[in-house]
Amino acid sequence: MAKPTAFYQLHLKHKAKLVDFAGYLMPIQYRGIVEEHKKVRSKVGIFDLSHMGEFIVIGKDAEDFLQKVTVNDVKKLWMYQVQYTVMCYPDGGIVDDLLVYKLPDRWMLVVNAANIEKDWNWLEQKKFGDVTLENISDETALLAIQGPLAEKVMNRLTDYDLSQIKFYWGMEENVLGNKILFSRTGYTGEDGFELYFEPKLAEKIWEAALEAGKELEIEPIGLGARDSLRLEMKYMLYGNDIDQTTNPMEAGLSWLVKLDKGDFIGKEAILNARQNPKRSLMAFEMVDKAFPRQHYEIRKNGAKIGEVTSGIFSPSLEKGIGLGYVLVEESKVGNQVEIKIRDKNYKAVVVKPPFWKNYSHK
Amino acid sequence: MHIKEDRKYTKEHEWVKVDNNIATVGITDYAQGELGDIIFVELPKVGTKVIQMGPFGIIEAVKAVSELFSPITGEVVEINTRLEKDATIINKDPYGEGWIIKVKVADLKQLDALLTPEKYKTLVET
Repeated sequence: MAKPTAFYQLHLKHKAKLVDFAGYLMPIQYRGIVEEHKKVRSKVGIFDLSHMGEFIVIGKDAEDFLQKVTVNDVKKLWMYQVQYTVMCYPDGGIVDDLLVYKLPDRWMLVVNAANIEKDWNWLEQKKFGDVTLENISDETALLAIQGPLAEKVMNRLTDYDLSQIKFYWGMEENVLGNKILFSRTGYTGEDGFELYFEPKLAEKIWEAALEAGKELEIEPIGLGARDSLRLEMKYMLYGNDIDQTTNPMEAGLSWLVKLDKGDFIGKEAILNARQNPKRSLMAFEMVDKAFPRQHYEIRKNGAKIGEVTSGIFSPSLEKGIGLGYVLVEESKVGNQVEIKIRDKNYKAVVVKPPFWKNYSHK
Repeated sequence: MHIKEDRKYTKEHEWVKVDNNIATVGITDYAQGELGDIIFVELPKVGTKVIQMGPFGIIEAVKAVSELFSPITGEVVEINTRLEKDATIINKDPYGEGWIIKVKVADLKQLDALLTPEKYKTLVET
């Protein structure tokens, strides 16, 4: 049985279509994916992301430990700064993509719902010295406020001067009378905030956010639109675009990998992948009116050269877009390929990501 | 969810309405609601022969792809070309403007094998 989140009653109230997503009962849509998607691109929406996993890391070796298990450089983080990163296996395959929060008395990791148990076991297995892990996923609700008007909504929930918080920074401050951790982060390409709090505050914060954004026509947004929003930005979805068989280099995540930071798990394999690149996760747009989906064949002159890892109808561009691994030489911008859809080949072209260029995050 | 009294239904959520031996075919309000935003319909060519409960096209929503099944045997005499430009018409008006094909019916007795509005209602409510 899928677990309901702290927002479950509110999803019912807003007539959400609920699905089992990684063991959680989540809203896939409320009014319609396209409408919800456009709302976030043009105005503002709220998302229940409570399925995401949160781990606390404490102890005097916590920083060295995170430096070892993630590819990005956690030592470069300032207090309350947030970092997007991945954890790798020794062979360079990706364990998960995650956020690392540096907080005054602790670190917090935010991981994918489907990987909570796997990541926990991996971290427990790799930890050393004075490190303690705590899984607070079940005691943490997560609400995201996303869209070009997100700051206007957040301003009504807190007295804190939000102009002080840049993209990928956070703060623990008074939000509706409770000290809450929030950050200027998100996975939509738009400006926005993510708020972490006790489940008992869920209804109060949800209702206050909807009230605060009423004149801005704020609406709840489901996971369907979250998927199309993230894909328009070429943000990775673990399980689709990255997994244990893909390394950060071929996924286009080389910007995360800090090879000069010292030793970390997967370094040698990643170095090798950088020197001998084989394939690359390319972004393509459909030329023909057709819609790519996961596992469809990518072809060149009728022969299979890869497989679609994520493919959708882009509500912003009103055409099919997708990602897929192909040999490096096939991944050049402008390369004309085909997508096999129901035994026919439809024209597509490799483009420079992101698909959506007019995003509002700074 | 809305069910029209003036037509018959398939278990696959198509509707059919016959006037003067011409059957108009579409998908139900329930089906469009389940599919969500419809982005594309692959229509047969005029003149195509379709058979009862045989596939005649494809409907794509943002979330999923589904096959369309003909409620009745016959020949396609008209297709709704407006859907090529804007398939969301099906979401807005599944029983009217959102019709998909018109079929010249071979055997009207085939209608007896289809679901009445009451039976279709029972199907989607259970």
